[in-house]
Amino acid sequence: MGEKIPMVEFKDVSKIYPKMKNPAVNHISFEIDKGDFCCLIGTSGSGKTTLMRMINRMNSVTKGEVLVNGKNVKSFNPVNLRRHIGYVIQNNGLMPHMTIRDNIILVPKLLKWPKEKLAGEAQKLIQMAELPESYLDRYPTELSGGQQQRIGVVRALAANQNLILMDEPFGALDPITRESLQNLVQNLQVRLGKTIVFVTHDMDEALKLATKVVVLHDGQLIQVGTPEEILHHPANDYVKSLIGEERLSEAKYETVKVKNVMTNPIKIDLGASLPDALTMMKEHRVDTLLVVDNSDHLKGYISIDDLQRNYSNASSVSDILITKLSTVGPDEYLRDNFSRIMSRNKSYIPVIDGDNKLVGIVTRASLVNVVYQKIWGDKGHTQNNTEKEAN
Amino acid sequence: MSAFFAQHGSELLVKTWQQIYISAISLGLGIIVAVPLSIILMKFPRVAKVVIAIASMLQTIPALALLAIMIPFFGIGKLPAIIALFLYSLMPILRNTYVGLMGVNPDTIDSARGLGMTNMQLILKVDIPLAMPVIMAGIRLSAIYVIAWATLASYIGAGGLGDFIFNGLSLYQTDLIFGGTIPVIILALLTDYLLGKLERKLTPKGI
Repeated sequence: MGEKIPMVEFKDVSKIYPKMKNPAVNHISFEIDKGDFCCLIGTSGSGKTTLMRMINRMNSVTKGEVLVNGKNVKSFNPVNLRRHIGYVIQNNGLMPHMTIRDNIILVPKLLKWPKEKLAGEAQKLIQMAELPESYLDRYPTELSGGQQQRIGVVRALAANQNLILMDEPFGALDPITRESLQNLVQNLQVRLGKTIVFVTHDMDEALKLATKVVVLHDGQLIQVGTPEEILHHPANDYVKSLIGEERLSEAKYETVKVKNVMTNPIKIDLGASLPDALTMMKEHRVDTLLVVDNSDHLKGYISIDDLQRNYSNASSVSDILITKLSTVGPDEYLRDNFSRIMSRNKSYIPVIDGDNKLVGIVTRASLVNVVYQKIWGDKGHTQNNTEKEAN
Repeated sequence: MSAFFAQHGSELLVKTWQQIYISAISLGLGIIVAVPLSIILMKFPRVAKVVIAIASMLQTIPALALLAIMIPFFGIGKLPAIIALFLYSLMPILRNTYVGLMGVNPDTIDSARGLGMTNMQLILKVDIPLAMPVIMAGIRLSAIYVIAWATLASYIGAGGLGDFIFNGLSLYQTDLIFGGTIPVIILALLTDYLLGKLERKLTPKGI
């Protein structure tokens, strides 16, 4: 092969529970690379948890293969496999009869680490959980739900596991606690370079955390992609409904490109005379003109000030040409250029294609239109169009 | 009172010891059989129902009758008494252990398994500690039953404090009846108290 081996690979995996008509997981194939934060998302019954639990053999595979580090999970001893894969579940994952310390070092203890190493590990991990060291001697019930889950998260890192499975870990937490836990996990993941497989039904959570989103429905794989791909190119209505109307419309404007809002430029030929230029400015009621050669290549611009000052001694547009000019490409995202356009003291920015050909301009008015539409939706669309023409 | 002790003092000690001896062995056997059986039954819920039903049925046989039934098989003396009392002790321990084990939060078990505990570790480090209060409640209940019913074992020649009571009944001597009954009550209460202490010791702190 020679290529890098994916951390987890599903090869045509199916799971059929006895007495169940439809497979819980149906012919699913995809890969999770090292360092990926992979969110499995779907409604309940979509097979997302079943799929995740196949990785550490908590669920058996009916058909197909699940590979971890390129090896079929069936070739591992399940107990040993699980000790090397972190595991966090929704709630009550902590052993209520063990202290926080014993909970944290549960896996290292199972792996029979020496005692000195265990003590240090507990301290290291409680710091990672951003909790005081005194909590080590408390029992889980003495901690709040959010604190308990912090311990649950760091426990999954206790034996240097490189792969961590999380099954709706923050589903039972209030929004504020959930967000702080999400940040914790995200920081740890980025800092430690772990591969995380994260089951959730919350698209906001998935889009926030994931580098790779896997959408499942009724045991079928619907879509695999980065959060951006999912957001901007949802595969079907199911994915759209998971994302939600509001987010979709927001996303729509995030992807508006320069060419979608540009209007026709007012341009003049390089060889045109100054009176012609003046006439054109008057006609269009503008104070600058973009200057192009005869094959529409942008050369620069002229302004009415220069025109007036040099009206008597210059003959053609090329004599008063200002070539310093900032431009944008038609396929650039508007959001990336928004502030650049707005802050420039000119009222518009020319759009040129790859051949330096002038294809349009983006005016402040066209930006305002986009803002209007984002705030009030498409209702004001026609009205805004007329405004655009007036400018 | 002092007259009773003067006359029966040494006998009382011997009979009390017999009572303790019969009860302790029956209860010990009951624990040794019922607790592991419950752990096995945990994996077979359907079989568990049947077994618990049979154990319940044993419980409904009058104690005296059960003791009498033992005679044709094991004769008279301590052995049939211990066997009968052992059968009695099974039920509360079996049921409580089973209920206690089944009552352990499935999330906790899932998490422990997912972290890589073997089945044995799961039973010893998670299931039993968490079910301990319920298991101990069953053992305490059984202990009191067994101590009380061990009195009847005197009927089939096993000895114990029942000897005083039966003698008292046949001789119309109330001091003998009380002399047998009161130590049994004290024994039962003391045992319950001590087992209660043990329960607190065995029950993990966090729960």
